[in-house]
Amino acid sequence: MSKSKFKNPVVKWIDHRLPVFSFMDHELNHYPTPKNLNYFWNFGSLAGFALVTMIVTGIVLSMNYTAHVDYAFDSVERIMRDVNHGWLIRYIHMNGASFFFIVVYIHIFRGLYYGSYKAPRELLWILGVLILLLMMATAFMGYVLPWGQMSFWGATVITNLFSAIPLIGESIVTWLWGGFSVDNSTLNRFFSLHFVLPFVIVGVVILHLVALHRFGSNNPIGIDVKGTQDTVPFSPYYTIKDLFGLSVFLSFFAAAVFFFPNFMGHPDNYIEANPMVTPAHIVPEWYFLPFYAILRAIPDKLGGVLFMFGAIAVLFILPWLDRSPVRSSQFRPIFKVFFWILLLDCILLGYLGAMPAEGIYVILSRIATAYYFFHFLILFPLLPYIEKTKPLPISISEPILGGGSPASAFAMREKK
Amino acid sequence: MPKSSKSKNNKEGKRDFLIISTYAMAGIGAASVAWPLIDQMNPAADTLALASTEVDLSSLEEGQAITVTWRGKPVFVRHRTPEEIKLAKEVSLDDMRHPETDEERVPNEKFIVLVGVCTHLGCVPLGQKSGDVKGQYGGWFCPCHGSHYDHSGRIRKGPAPTNLEVPSYKFLSDNIIKIG
Repeated sequence: MSKSKFKNPVVKWIDHRLPVFSFMDHELNHYPTPKNLNYFWNFGSLAGFALVTMIVTGIVLSMNYTAHVDYAFDSVERIMRDVNHGWLIRYIHMNGASFFFIVVYIHIFRGLYYGSYKAPRELLWILGVLILLLMMATAFMGYVLPWGQMSFWGATVITNLFSAIPLIGESIVTWLWGGFSVDNSTLNRFFSLHFVLPFVIVGVVILHLVALHRFGSNNPIGIDVKGTQDTVPFSPYYTIKDLFGLSVFLSFFAAAVFFFPNFMGHPDNYIEANPMVTPAHIVPEWYFLPFYAILRAIPDKLGGVLFMFGAIAVLFILPWLDRSPVRSSQFRPIFKVFFWILLLDCILLGYLGAMPAEGIYVILSRIATAYYFFHFLILFPLLPYIEKTKPLPISISEPILGGGSPASAFAMREKK
Repeated sequence: MPKSSKSKNNKEGKRDFLIISTYAMAGIGAASVAWPLIDQMNPAADTLALASTEVDLSSLEEGQAITVTWRGKPVFVRHRTPEEIKLAKEVSLDDMRHPETDEERVPNEKFIVLVGVCTHLGCVPLGQKSGDVKGQYGGWFCPCHGSHYDHSGRIRKGPAPTNLEVPSYKFLSDNIIKIG
């Protein structure tokens, strides 16, 4: 019989029959991780933390919420005023959505900067984009549930996007609504889907992690791990680093929840939904603004919708658009400059999405939209032909220890 | 040799047929099970039953407008002034996105009846109240994405692809209409 690594007899007994402890020991404890990861690698585990927070607070909120057009708004106000700690739980859930997106967007831009989407991590990246799409659907439907003015008109505008589809568009919108306008049937189904989709996200996150652990994390240098000298065990090194990052994240999160809980919301959503009156200025939640700006930049209904969905679709094929074999921007001088332009472009689109669609804002949105697609569809495929990349280090250890080969790395260590 | 290979081919042809027809039957079965689950999201019988609304127009003065609810949506009724009627009828259809004459859209020229939902993304346009912004063409203006409609509810400027929808309605008497 093989020697068990566990001392506790109960753990040993269970693990022999159901090897969950071996699995956790292998994937969370010994799991070899590149030793040069910087703090941008904290955001994956932070996203996981945010997902769990949203599910836990969401389940308890659903115990006090009523999904009916006549009661939804009042039931949310009751949560805020009468339910024990209801205000806290709702503010955590509300701001948690924003923080989830902040963390995920940083996580995505980390991947873009360090080329984490390249072979052999294409599926890992695609699963990530799928998670982003599911998050967007979930967040959108969640925002409808309080049944305020922004909830109602946001739902109306977004579901109407589907009416742009030729021939069957109108039938699809009626089908989505379950009626002839956003109404009780719509609210009910959105509640149902808002409840279940997070668990679908959990499923895709598990696949994301399985794909991650197949080849391990990418790293700031973007070259493959050559051997054990390039890695450290996940625990305690990265468990502690992740926990430290989590405590910093929680400081910001708590500051928002306790001091600025409505900063990222919209005051109109504290007015109950009125199907007869549209608020003067409809804006989606901040995390949708860049996409909203793209939608409005195109002067054609179907075109706007196609470009908006296209902005995410290009992310799915990104691993094949970027032809450069070098992953990290550290060794791609031109790519690095354009990375920051893309980041600024996305922030500009976010700003423009919040502005009224008139005058200079429309022109700027068109330029910013054009740049976004230029970056992905033209720059990514063509850049490798123009760009002269810097020489890659021989191993992860080299830039840290100065030596090239594992042997010299050990020699350096022995000299100390 | 040729004989045996032929019989082998026959066997494979038969097997392919069986496999394809099995998959086809399973596919039809799956689709017929899925259909009720998909179709339950379409409007229910009680939603469809709320189909008509009657409106009394006798107290609606010239230049005034009222908004009524039909199938959960606002319906605009406006009593147009003679100048507005003249403008709506005389304008050239040449550079309209969705050319329709005023006669096609308004059977009784005094009272215009429209579904008050912008054909772009479904907001309710402004222009029903006296203080509202009515847009460059004096009809209705959608604040969400800036669509301008004229006195006949036709799209003249902005992102909306079509004119404001005219619901099916009829005059029960001179002053009462039934929408739906």
